[in-house]
Amino acid sequence: MAFVSRGFKGKRRDATSSARVPPGQHVAGDFPVLSAGPTPRVPLAEWTFSIVGEVDEPKRWTWEEFRALPSESFTVDIHCVTKWSKLDTAWTGVSLDTILDNVETAADYAVAYSDGGYTTNLPVDDLTGRKAWIAFEYDGRPLEPEHGGPARLLVPHLYLWKSAKWVRGISLQNEDEPGFWESNGYHLRGDPWREQRYWGD
Amino acid sequence: MQQSDLKLDGNAIAGLLREIFTMEMTNAESTCGGCGKVHAVGRVDVYLNAPGVVVRCPACEQVLMRIVQGRGRYWIDLSGIRCLELKA
Amino acid sequence: MARAAVLGRLTWQLGEVAELIQETPRVSSLALEVPDWPGHLAGQHVDVRLTAEDGYQAQRSYSIASPPDDPRVILTVERLPDGEVSPYLAGEVRVGDKVEVRGPIGGYFVWTAGEDRPLLLVAGGSGIVPLMAMIRHHAAAGATARVRLLYSSRSIEDVIYRDELARLAAADERLSVSHTLTRSHPAGWEGYARRIDGEMMAEVAWPRKDSPAVFICGPTVFVETASALLVESGYDAGWIKTERFGATGG
Repeated sequence: MAFVSRGFKGKRRDATSSARVPPGQHVAGDFPVLSAGPTPRVPLAEWTFSIVGEVDEPKRWTWEEFRALPSESFTVDIHCVTKWSKLDTAWTGVSLDTILDNVETAADYAVAYSDGGYTTNLPVDDLTGRKAWIAFEYDGRPLEPEHGGPARLLVPHLYLWKSAKWVRGISLQNEDEPGFWESNGYHLRGDPWREQRYWGD
Repeated sequence: MQQSDLKLDGNAIAGLLREIFTMEMTNAESTCGGCGKVHAVGRVDVYLNAPGVVVRCPACEQVLMRIVQGRGRYWIDLSGIRCLELKA
Repeated sequence: MARAAVLGRLTWQLGEVAELIQETPRVSSLALEVPDWPGHLAGQHVDVRLTAEDGYQAQRSYSIASPPDDPRVILTVERLPDGEVSPYLAGEVRVGDKVEVRGPIGGYFVWTAGEDRPLLLVAGGSGIVPLMAMIRHHAAAGATARVRLLYSSRSIEDVIYRDELARLAAADERLSVSHTLTRSHPAGWEGYARRIDGEMMAEVAWPRKDSPAVFICGPTVFVETASALLVESGYDAGWIKTERFGATGG
């Protein structure tokens, strides 16, 4: 047996397995901040969100226009590939069903892109059917920059790296194009319930 | 914790780079593929609080390296570095 | 010994805690005896790995506080309030316990006594640790380089190695130590009492014409502030080596 450090317990990890916690995950007490680079800071007057790519007509919303769209508050569990999960997180956002309503496209795939250059890919099916939002509030307050504010993609049924922080648009595409982490070892789809963390999982 | 606390430097991944390259890498000089500036690996910007390690150029913030570890493997992207200079 | 310290396979070794020293209320040092330790250079660090009974592991890096001349590996650890590893190393660990370490690691942020350029060391909080290894090495080797240390701490109680620094500075005219306390200072305090700034740096730092070697260590914001102040004052960026500590995990 490998060496064990006498008396070391590590951070709190819930021993009880719960139907709400995917395999290999533990429940976090706080909301860890993960970052692959400097936090982008975009003035709201300059912020836009776009739908581009394989569409008849690209669409773009300014912050005012985006906030005028119907939004909803919802509570979901989120799961990060770094093994923490957070249950009952409360958000407010605009559903991708609302955003993609009236968007004419035959595209099957999407790439979400963010300030700072981050990208992540998903099938369009994972964005529609009440499964994804552009979220701008967390826990009743405007989304903090360190957690992706002013707005981030939120796709709670997949690992949290798919929920692109600082999202600025979605490109609809005919081919699946691996994003920032998907092109460097992380699974193309990232279903936490099938523990799809890495290539080959 | 301040956002700035999340940014470290190449010293923070010296051990990981030793695992991968089997030699001390912090004195290696890396030329950024974006802006062309040269920095010692000990000096580059390192973000560890992420699904993987992201190394960026201190001058232009372009990604120099990405390193992911999992399932007994490393996935390494060095394509942001135009050239690495090491002592023989 | 120097060559062995930068090459060779990095493997995990078991060190035994031979001594525990309480440095300040939040900071303690562990002196480890590591069999087959290849030796190290001042400024290098080790990785420490802890394993819980269920197999969970946590790993962090700690600078080595002991100089190359000391056969023990001394780590000085600040117990961070929400830390995972530091409360164990600076709280739970007892003499006789074993700790997994690997190293020594590092080659960029390193100083050897053979270098005779004037040395400027700038420390923020626990950033003093690798710089202390350099100062201890300087003393043990009877090095000829002149050394100036500028050490920023929150309060007098937080100053690590305070008595030893005073003793070394009194014994060696080539070493001078300046302290600044940023949150509170005792009555009669004669050191600086504010965050580092251009005026303080100008008083402490070597003149530009001396082409000093500079090592700055501490939290990221501190390191970047200190570095920018020196470059603004005319220092060549190439003279300055930095090591950023973060509160990442603890």
